[in-house]
Amino acid sequence: MRTVSIQTEDFSIDHETKQLRAATPEVGGIATFTGLVSDLNREQKIESLFLEHYPGMTEKQLEKIIDQAEQRWTLLGTRIIHRVGLLHPQDQIVFVGVSSRHRKDCFEACQFIMDYLKTHATIWKKESSDAKAEWLDARESDKLEEERWQRTVKSKT
Amino acid sequence: MQVLYFANIREQLGVETEQVELGAEITDVQSLIKFLCTDRDPKWQIVLTDPNLLVSVNQEVSSLETVLTAADEVAFFPPVTGG
Repeated sequence: MRTVSIQTEDFSIDHETKQLRAATPEVGGIATFTGLVSDLNREQKIESLFLEHYPGMTEKQLEKIIDQAEQRWTLLGTRIIHRVGLLHPQDQIVFVGVSSRHRKDCFEACQFIMDYLKTHATIWKKESSDAKAEWLDARESDKLEEERWQRTVKSKT
Repeated sequence: MQVLYFANIREQLGVETEQVELGAEITDVQSLIKFLCTDRDPKWQIVLTDPNLLVSVNQEVSSLETVLTAADEVAFFPPVTGG
């Protein structure tokens, strides 16, 4: 059971977790990650963030990331939400929730999906501070987080 | 063929999408870029030959060598920054 949603609307972590719980009685654990808009980036005070994406391709990329996660870990459910449009500090921006029988699978898969989302989902952020608005550059550290997974062997047994 | 531009690529070029007739001179992504840079503002050359530029064909990440056909959807965009 998986869902992928790119949306302007906010989301409820509680609702998402309930959906993962209700899907099957086999669920032994749920790991979730929620990303927020932070008010600081490179010492700059952020007023707002505008997110653009490539409709169609973003969803396909996220489906592929879930496929890869399911090859590595035994998962029961995955839910991904990414917001686009205009957001402000403290707004929720991204949600990844994964359910599995055992904690290791959902902990690791949740982090894997976030790391790959950062480097593969066709989404771009434009940051507005006092006087200017700038598109963000990709971070080398995000690339390194992704590459770390490429060096680890599949843990699925 | 439909060509799409995203984020700062779209802003720098001032174009969101355009239709390109697939002539004999366009066979792959490399030759499409050459076509798009011909007889246009010099900024096209600068933006579309940036080594960080990414390209997709039919919503799959592609390369300069990817072969194109008339029904393809090609997109140019910068490295992604979501999450």
